[in-house]
Amino acid sequence: MRFPLCLGRAFAFAAFAIAAAAVAACGADPTATPTAQPQATPTPVPQGAGSLVIYSGRGESLVDPIIQQFADVTGIDVEVKYGGTASLAATLLEEGANSPADVFYAQDPGGLGAVESLLAPLPADVLQRSPEWARSPQGLWAGVSGRARVLVYSPDRVPEDEFPADIFELTDPKWKGRVGWAPTNGSFLTMVTGMRKIWGEEKTAEWIEGMVANGATIYPKNTPQVAAVAAGEIDIGLVNHYYLYRFISEEGEDFAARNYHPSGGGPGALVMVSGAGILSTAENRENAERFVEFLLGTVAQQFFAGQTFEYPLVEGVNVNRLLTPLDEIKRPDIALADLADLEGTTAILRDLGALP
Amino acid sequence: MPPVFIWLPAAAIGLLMLLPPVYLLVRTLESGTAGLDVLFSMRTLGILLRTVLLVGVVTAACAAIGVSLAWLTLRTDLPFRRVFGMLTALPLAIPSYVFALLVITALGPKGMAQGWLEPLGVDRLPSIFGLPGAALTLTLLSFPYVMLPVKAAMQRMDPAMEEAARSLGRSSREAFFSVTLPLLRPAIVAGSLLVALYTLSDFGAVSLLRYQTFTWVIFIQYETAFDRSIAAALSLALTALAIALLIAESRTRGNAVYHRVTPGAQRVPHVASLGRWRWPATLYAAAVVFLSLAGPVALLIYWVVRGVTAGEPLDLLWSNTVSTIYVSALAAGAAAVAATPVALLTVRYPGWVSSLLERLAYVGFALPGLAVALAFVFFGASVLTPVYQTTFLLVTAYVVLFLPASVGATQTALKQVSPRLEEAARSLGKTPFHAFRLVTLPMLSKGIAAGAALVFLLTMKELPATLILSPTGFRTLATSVWSAASEAFFARAAMPAILLIIAAGIPTTLLILREQEER
Repeated sequence: MRFPLCLGRAFAFAAFAIAAAAVAACGADPTATPTAQPQATPTPVPQGAGSLVIYSGRGESLVDPIIQQFADVTGIDVEVKYGGTASLAATLLEEGANSPADVFYAQDPGGLGAVESLLAPLPADVLQRSPEWARSPQGLWAGVSGRARVLVYSPDRVPEDEFPADIFELTDPKWKGRVGWAPTNGSFLTMVTGMRKIWGEEKTAEWIEGMVANGATIYPKNTPQVAAVAAGEIDIGLVNHYYLYRFISEEGEDFAARNYHPSGGGPGALVMVSGAGILSTAENRENAERFVEFLLGTVAQQFFAGQTFEYPLVEGVNVNRLLTPLDEIKRPDIALADLADLEGTTAILRDLGALP
Repeated sequence: MPPVFIWLPAAAIGLLMLLPPVYLLVRTLESGTAGLDVLFSMRTLGILLRTVLLVGVVTAACAAIGVSLAWLTLRTDLPFRRVFGMLTALPLAIPSYVFALLVITALGPKGMAQGWLEPLGVDRLPSIFGLPGAALTLTLLSFPYVMLPVKAAMQRMDPAMEEAARSLGRSSREAFFSVTLPLLRPAIVAGSLLVALYTLSDFGAVSLLRYQTFTWVIFIQYETAFDRSIAAALSLALTALAIALLIAESRTRGNAVYHRVTPGAQRVPHVASLGRWRWPATLYAAAVVFLSLAGPVALLIYWVVRGVTAGEPLDLLWSNTVSTIYVSALAAGAAAVAATPVALLTVRYPGWVSSLLERLAYVGFALPGLAVALAFVFFGASVLTPVYQTTFLLVTAYVVLFLPASVGATQTALKQVSPRLEEAARSLGKTPFHAFRLVTLPMLSKGIAAGAALVFLLTMKELPATLILSPTGFRTLATSVWSAASEAFFARAAMPAILLIIAAGIPTTLLILREQEER
């Protein structure tokens, strides 16, 4: 047996890795307050338009084209870290003042709410592009695109005369075993928070108990529910509106599911937003403001309407023809900033056995 | 007292492995009693039992499949055994949530299998959700954790022992069960431990297949409540569970000796003739390859084709492929180097220090990737700012996450090397380091390579740490798969998933080629 050459090189790397590991370990004393001030990052002196670091909780496959367009138009060197909204929020909280991020672009207000202590107010002219119901009252973040809660149903198994006027009807025994939900999904939790505002705690608890009693099938998130409706596993799912159109565009018009906005309004007709905020420690504040402004500009809003099947939030941009126009949805009158009490919502779901 | 070249790096690695538990402790202490409330609720205890059940089923199934395939592809006249040997390692590269999606598509309600069976009058299949689906998925994905180290151990094993048993009148089968299998025990146990801990830490498969485990509960805390302290408390509890597993494992270990004790050269092992079992065995191996690899790949190709015909662009993701292979190779090399002193210390110098180190080495693997990643954010952003969000820190995190894969394989190899050989070199005037370099290391190289290959495959599909700790703008195939799949763009997710499996062929092919070279 011969001695493999690569091991020699591996050992050179070893010395390096281990030395570094030792350095890392030395800094690991949790009781020591970090004495060293965060070092000035040795980024090159901004040339021309400078740079921008975005933490995006929205998927790359959705928003990368529009971010690229921003980079091309402005000449700004844009770097994006993609991840789940919740894990990026946790990352920002761990990073604290040392975060390299300039902008946090989140899938839902819950994620932005969790890091509110790290955000700086947006300039008034940028903030006001977003409708009042869709932004933070302290001006810390602005809603960028709208996403409606919706019932995804099977046209084969749910005739029109059976459509529930609002989601409370889903607790009726006739829906036993026919409904799905995703109690751990961020949008769902936001809806339940809204429900507590609209219906009050008691009726909310009654609804959750009714759903549990009806054996609502638990899904980890929205997309599997849409697939499950088409596959005949459930008849109705509680989801956000845009997933259906992605399934239809991949699988064709005969995909066996459609959307329904509860005719009687209520929490099941809630419209939520994705949103963006600027970190108070942002090194590229000016570019960050330009970016949020861009997201709320016509070009980006048209992109959301056309490409991601979301609702544009700015005046003068038309909604996708496939969607129910926003003013035809019986949207409950509620400010999204009121939907921050996630803790209360998880507590009630936990008590009633819908969450661990 | 072990020589400096062993204890110094081993101690440094021990300290490195302490980072995640220290971070979790800091966060747990913040949470007050909220974490304890969740931990000790009846529901969580129920979930704990379910978790243990899943871990037990998956580990047993993986041990059975892993050992049988290792033996069939190495020691028998199984037709196409080299091809089988290579293909059976590849499922390790498939991310668990992708596999789960594929399982649901194929075996779920109104899935493909049901479509095929409908003409025969079957209109409802047994539900794939819950324990059956989760166990099936995790078994098909993780049996190579057992198979690879067992194969490496079989190659190092001296056939003389088996032959002695045969010459004393044992049948081929009796010899396998009374001699070969006990000699393979360290490898089987090391592999099974990896399977158990991987199952403990998996989130993708169990969430999609709706089997609630402990890790699932931890993720719910991060995802729904943005609560890092409750999640940290639960992660610490998970660590305790992992350590309990490790202690149970070491209790069963005893003082057995696995190396040869007499002088002499090792001979080429005897190849068993399968006889009339030849075709059933081929069918079995083919079934495993079909379920764990060929079927999933066919389905992924179908998704790509369906997407392309619907007008999706076909993106070959060249730069993502290159960066995936690059970081995975770095992680494999770093883990191999880090594992060697740990293995030397734990095998050659037993005692409380080395058993503590050994348990520490396994902690990262049992924790959810997100918890380990956040620990590195915690220390990285405040203390290690110059290396924060660099490839260096990312690779260090991979080492913390995947070290046991490498340590286990190296330890198993080391147990088969007689310390007498090192002693002989020492008595001839070599320093401990020289003796290690000239005698032990060459004999360990196969075990080290097997461990490095495992780390390579694990790193390739790693997601949470890659997303959070990589340099901004850094993309791997796994991040592309996740990004597309989480938004329901399945056609776009399929291409990088296929590339991931192709890239996984690199280390496995290299291992196989080396095997052939030596024959």
